[in-house]
Amino acid sequence: MSPIRRDKVLYFLFLHRTGLFVGLLTAALMLFPLIEDNPYTLGLTNLIAINTIVVLGLNLFIGYAGQISLGHAAFFALGAYGSAVTTVAGGMSPWPAMLLVAVLVGLIALVIGIPVLRLTGHYLAMATLGFNFVIHTVLLEWDEVTGGPSGFSGIPPLGWGDFLFDSEVRLHYLLWGSAMLCLLLSLNLVRSGVGRGLAGLAGDETAAASLGVDTKRAKVKVFVLSAVFASLAGSLFAHCYGFVSPDSFGIFTSADLVIMVVVGGMGSIWGSLLGAGLITLLPEWVDVFATYKDFVHGGILVLVLMFLPQGLVTGIVDLVRVKIALRRRKHAAA
Amino acid sequence: MYQDLLQYIFSGLTSGAIYALIALGFCVVNNTMGIVNFVQVDFVSLGGMLMFSALFALGLPMVPGLLFAVAGVAAVAMVVERFGLRPARTENHLVLIFITVGLSIILRGIIKLVWGKNRMAVPPLTPDTPVNIMGASVLPQALWILLLTVIAIALLMFFFYRTSLGLCMRAVACNPSAAAVVGIPAGRVRLTSYAIAGALGGLAGVLVTPITTLSYDVGVLLGLKGFAAAILGGFGSFPGAILGGLGLGLLESLSAGYISSAYKDVVAFVVLLLVLCVRPNGLMGK
Repeated sequence: MSPIRRDKVLYFLFLHRTGLFVGLLTAALMLFPLIEDNPYTLGLTNLIAINTIVVLGLNLFIGYAGQISLGHAAFFALGAYGSAVTTVAGGMSPWPAMLLVAVLVGLIALVIGIPVLRLTGHYLAMATLGFNFVIHTVLLEWDEVTGGPSGFSGIPPLGWGDFLFDSEVRLHYLLWGSAMLCLLLSLNLVRSGVGRGLAGLAGDETAAASLGVDTKRAKVKVFVLSAVFASLAGSLFAHCYGFVSPDSFGIFTSADLVIMVVVGGMGSIWGSLLGAGLITLLPEWVDVFATYKDFVHGGILVLVLMFLPQGLVTGIVDLVRVKIALRRRKHAAA
Repeated sequence: MYQDLLQYIFSGLTSGAIYALIALGFCVVNNTMGIVNFVQVDFVSLGGMLMFSALFALGLPMVPGLLFAVAGVAAVAMVVERFGLRPARTENHLVLIFITVGLSIILRGIIKLVWGKNRMAVPPLTPDTPVNIMGASVLPQALWILLLTVIAIALLMFFFYRTSLGLCMRAVACNPSAAAVVGIPAGRVRLTSYAIAGALGGLAGVLVTPITTLSYDVGVLLGLKGFAAAILGGFGSFPGAILGGLGLGLLESLSAGYISSAYKDVVAFVVLLLVLCVRPNGLMGK
């Protein structure tokens, strides 16, 4: 191949890297159940898909808008319990229930977000943490509706007519399909004007405001969007497992979600996918270390943040870029 | 009626004093490094654990045991700062905060390995015969908590306003770059702030574990309440931390007494959110 032709091919690949990546990933995900049919493994990857949806929304809020939320497990919980209560006690069919719940959670996020997003930094962290705490306590104590500490069971699976998403393989396509849709939506959002405005907001709020970004509105909008993502993921979670309990939605879940964002890379959509995958699988891997589990879990987190503070994806991409630039300089000098 | 109220106020002040101690620890670290130090949560558990070992494994009497536990936690806190946070060369506060979350997981793992998962009991400082104060019966431990909290705050004031290292720390809290320009050693200031935070957390742990029980994760909820107290008062402000701690304690015990004990945390956090809506920087924040 002539050098010019090679450059053209490389340029084409570079230009279409996002589309190619999404295409490859979709193909890989379509074929995955053919190679791997162990229900346990598929169950794990399904959980990654659910977490990815929440983390994508949270990363838009933390990474792109530069805010902090330690309370996203609350929106996740509202989605899950909302679907559970409306379908079992309210007798609604699952799909409209899911939409209705997502709209309601969005409204709740709007009502909470308008006053709370005036706060910054540690105050915002505490306010969202407090919100999570309140929701978690209500789930535990209001046992006539939520089933209390023992949880809420008997949630029907999703489906159309006789076709039900009840096996791990079917759920794989449903959950990863939804996760990929959310991924595409996020990828497009961050390249739009709104997304660029958000990135400006994360960089410097005052500068963004002086350039005409309506910062207050932008923050509330992205907060509502991330809450809706979390609610959809919660509904999928409820229908996927048929059982929800308050344990899954405590403040530690919220912390884990933020850890996924930070480890994957704040402000990196692909990082959300990687962070969700890594942190979801981590407890499985460190099970080998039995008694030293917490030690290894915390250690990996600390080491990643210490040596790649921009997160895995951004950090590794930066390393590669620096390598390439150095090699180019060497060529130019020679 | 009046006696009930007095009883609630006493129990509120007791837990409020504990929250205030933990909140002060959060504030000290925030003033020098600008981050929320989530390891504070485990300093509380560690204080109780060291007190337990000092009393039963080393056979120390009460007062040396207390000093041993507090000094031990302060030493661990300095190790955490020197080897856990110092090597991280990032300015991003969110990353630093999540390093403290990771360190907290590690420290909790170590505590679990050393002392196990069982619930234990630490004896109170003096025998448990309730004292009658104006019709309310109060445990002697509660009085000790109030007294030692006041002493700790007095010592802290002495340190910050009467020693040169304290002056350095106030300078860093006021303006970190100006402090660096006049040659104040940042490393030593950070190390000291961690030692103080550890000592305060450890003291809170030693004092509170005879009332609650002692387990490896006893500090998590207490620590988060301490964080809430620090935010309520205005993060970084010492009078704010004390006010926030006592306020949160009273709010909890009064709502547990008059509204519902199941929802006492909900009431406390809802009030916190409402306060933040009116005063976005806490009660005494700048």
